[in-house]
Amino acid sequence: MRLPCPICGERDRREFYYAGHAVALERPQEGAGAEAWDYYVHNRDNPCGETRDLWFHESGCGAWIVVTRDTASHAVLGAVLAEEAAR
Amino acid sequence: MRFSGLRVLREGLTGNRGWQAHWRDASPKAAYDVVIIGGGGHGLSTAYYLAREHGITNVAVLEKGYLGGGNVGRNTTIVRANYFLPGNSEFYSHSLKLWEGLEQELNYNVMHSQRGQIVLFHSDGQRDAAIRRGNAMRNQGDDAELLSIGQLKKVLPYLDYDQGRFPIYGGLLQRRAGTARHDAVAWGYARGASERGVDLIQNCEVTGIDIEGGVVKGVQTSRGAIRAKKVAIIVAGRSSQVAAMAGMRLPIESHVLQAFVTEGLKPCIDHVVSFGMGHFYISQSDKGGLVFGGDLDMYASYAARGNLPLVEHVMEAGMTLMPMIGQAKVLRSWGGIMDMSPDGSPIIDRSPVEGLYLNCGWCYGGFKAVPGSGHCMAHLVATDRPHTAAERLRLDRFRTGRGLMDEEGTGAQHNLH
Repeated sequence: MRLPCPICGERDRREFYYAGHAVALERPQEGAGAEAWDYYVHNRDNPCGETRDLWFHESGCGAWIVVTRDTASHAVLGAVLAEEAAR
Repeated sequence: MRFSGLRVLREGLTGNRGWQAHWRDASPKAAYDVVIIGGGGHGLSTAYYLAREHGITNVAVLEKGYLGGGNVGRNTTIVRANYFLPGNSEFYSHSLKLWEGLEQELNYNVMHSQRGQIVLFHSDGQRDAAIRRGNAMRNQGDDAELLSIGQLKKVLPYLDYDQGRFPIYGGLLQRRAGTARHDAVAWGYARGASERGVDLIQNCEVTGIDIEGGVVKGVQTSRGAIRAKKVAIIVAGRSSQVAAMAGMRLPIESHVLQAFVTEGLKPCIDHVVSFGMGHFYISQSDKGGLVFGGDLDMYASYAARGNLPLVEHVMEAGMTLMPMIGQAKVLRSWGGIMDMSPDGSPIIDRSPVEGLYLNCGWCYGGFKAVPGSGHCMAHLVATDRPHTAAERLRLDRFRTGRGLMDEEGTGAQHNLH
């Protein structure tokens, strides 16, 4: 699997650290309550098909990126910088 | 039809014409007391124990493909009880005890082979951890022995003891651990359940779960609606999709775990051997193939096949540990879809919907758990109370933070297990 880093271009998967579903960008407000935090920290949609997850270009430029890919076929559909995705 | 040595002999002499189908291929009735979604190892063992232990035989097992066609056929067949933390410890101990009587009980050869598992350690710190784990195993009532380097060289003479990067210091042996024939476990439970009146329904995909006023009423399937007083979701690998039909979002992320098998060789590896440093473990099947695997590919996947970086990593680890296998040709590889929970431990619990039960999150532990999981799940479904061996496998432990079973000590976070 090769991931298209928006800064470096297409790179080997081994250069990246996987941080899980991009739900990590939707951090609840501090007083949101236990339910919201459980939803954010533990529970996942876990789709079979298209998903968005967060990767860190550890052995490359150091960017955090949001990759859109298919969990059933391993097709990689695109990637944007996490700071742009979070806006 | 009962299996026996005499029967095999008689059938052999009479052209094998007396064998019958091992189970009935049933069609769905309009209603059941219990509907089990998922005809894999865990679903079939649950059906079996519901019938045998609790006398509940008006049960249907719904399988969207064929019986045992999922993860029970996509693992490395290892059976052990060497967990450390309360919760996992008593549960896997319970499961191993059920394994030990399984063949006699089912009258079915599941080829359970207690050949022993040796987990190697490679530093003073790892040795201390192995001693502590071994003591926990013995406190649980299971067996564990620490092997010195001298003892280890006698039982595993083929390891590379000279390599300096990961020097081998010794190993933790569990003699009662071993392997079993994965398909036969599913078939044996299917036969036992079917004999007791359970309907095993293949090619029947569940498309919806009927819930009225917070109480489960039945399921919608590709072969029509089926009413049920109780419904059990036992579909590890697809838990998130099926639970979503009941409006639930689970603490689960699906990952692929690869495994490999070589061409058949003469017997050379007598145990299950785990490399404590390089994410590698290996055993030899009765057919002669070396069956081995490593770690997750480490990203969410339902593909049932992995990528090359992990293949390379596993092969490197194998060559580091036992260079003698380098001449063996790899025949095939496959991937199982792991229901990964945040703390790497399973869930057997009621759901927020009355009459709907959940069995999921098996992570790396699904195959060895088949008897224990079915036994405890059947108890939960029949009595509405958790079995003592599984009362810590709660769904709400992530929300409350109480009773997390983080065996690897990395924290209850999805991408760390």
